[in-house]
Amino acid sequence: MEYILLIIAAVLVNNVVLVQFLGICPFLGVSGKIDTSIGMGVAVIFVMSLANLVTYLIQQYVLVPLHIEFMQTITFILVIAFLVQVVEIILKKSAPPLYQALGIYLPLITTNCAVLGIAILAVQKQFSLLMSVVYAASIAVGFTLALILMAGIREQISLTDTPENMKGFPISLITAGLLSLAFMGFANIV
Amino acid sequence: MGNWKYFTNGLLKENPTFVIVLGTCPTLAVTTAAINGIGMGAATTFVLVFSNLFIALLKNLIPDKVRIAAFIVVIATFVTIVDMVMKAYTPDLYKALGIFIPLIVVNCIILGRAEAFAQKNKVLPSILDGLGMGLGFTLAITLMGSIREILGNGSFFNYRLVGENASTILIFILPPGAFVTYGLLIATMNRIKLRFNL
Repeated sequence: MEYILLIIAAVLVNNVVLVQFLGICPFLGVSGKIDTSIGMGVAVIFVMSLANLVTYLIQQYVLVPLHIEFMQTITFILVIAFLVQVVEIILKKSAPPLYQALGIYLPLITTNCAVLGIAILAVQKQFSLLMSVVYAASIAVGFTLALILMAGIREQISLTDTPENMKGFPISLITAGLLSLAFMGFANIV
Repeated sequence: MGNWKYFTNGLLKENPTFVIVLGTCPTLAVTTAAINGIGMGAATTFVLVFSNLFIALLKNLIPDKVRIAAFIVVIATFVTIVDMVMKAYTPDLYKALGIFIPLIVVNCIILGRAEAFAQKNKVLPSILDGLGMGLGFTLAITLMGSIREILGNGSFFNYRLVGENASTILIFILPPGAFVTYGLLIATMNRIKLRFNL
């Protein structure tokens, strides 16, 4: 039950993009087409779960015993950057089709602030290992959901006659605002 | 006077928030009040100036292949300093900005300036560029924080502008208000640029 509530809260109520404002750059950057947003979403689910697993272990077995918790930011960002590289190399060797599909999105994830943000939040919330990974996976599913919804709307917007000043970022941001308004309907359901 | 243009560049012409549209996460997340904008802006400016300074100094020592990792370490060091200083001296602001202080490390403005400017330029222009970009960012998010605070909370820098029981447009301090305000501000900037051919 605890896990079900955690998942619903992470996917819908506290949607990472629309409510917590993490990962806005890829949200605005790759939400032009539905195909690319699915690719990005899957890559984020994969990396975010893995990143939380690794950062949890580092926090518990390296930073805390050595009393160097202040090194958290610097360690986590290096671990995430390293992890993305390793995932890229492994996928390239062992699963070429998956690499073909995710390849171009992987390097972009290092600069996705949601990955670092969620790793730090999970530590702050003092989750257990399993909970931390479930939390990261559900947050990433929420990210993917927002990305796909946004891509669907933007595909329609691209066919309409938008005023000159509103083209590009402004209309995307206002669309995101309306999506965010819709997601506020989920507030207080858990 | 030759170096002056590096400073003014970030303020308007290449404003990181409204023109280049980088660092969007803190722009949307922390601008519920004007004071948060100043706090976040000051913290980011500090990191930007010092990371630009050190990257400009170290640019000949850093091998090209690992430069991004090296930049991130430099940036993360200054973010950690800011994090500890703010925790000690401005606990209220630290609490209000929350997770977005450590996240300065992944603010694309900082890595972007390191990559696009500091690694190719001398020390003084890099410092001025960092200062200009930082101030441009600070002004932009303080403006956005002011708009959202005035409309959503009926106050400005915590000074109440309307009566205790007056109803305010609450949506502006909630997440949707952030997106809409930011969108309209960029649209206004686009309009100004088209009108005056900037």
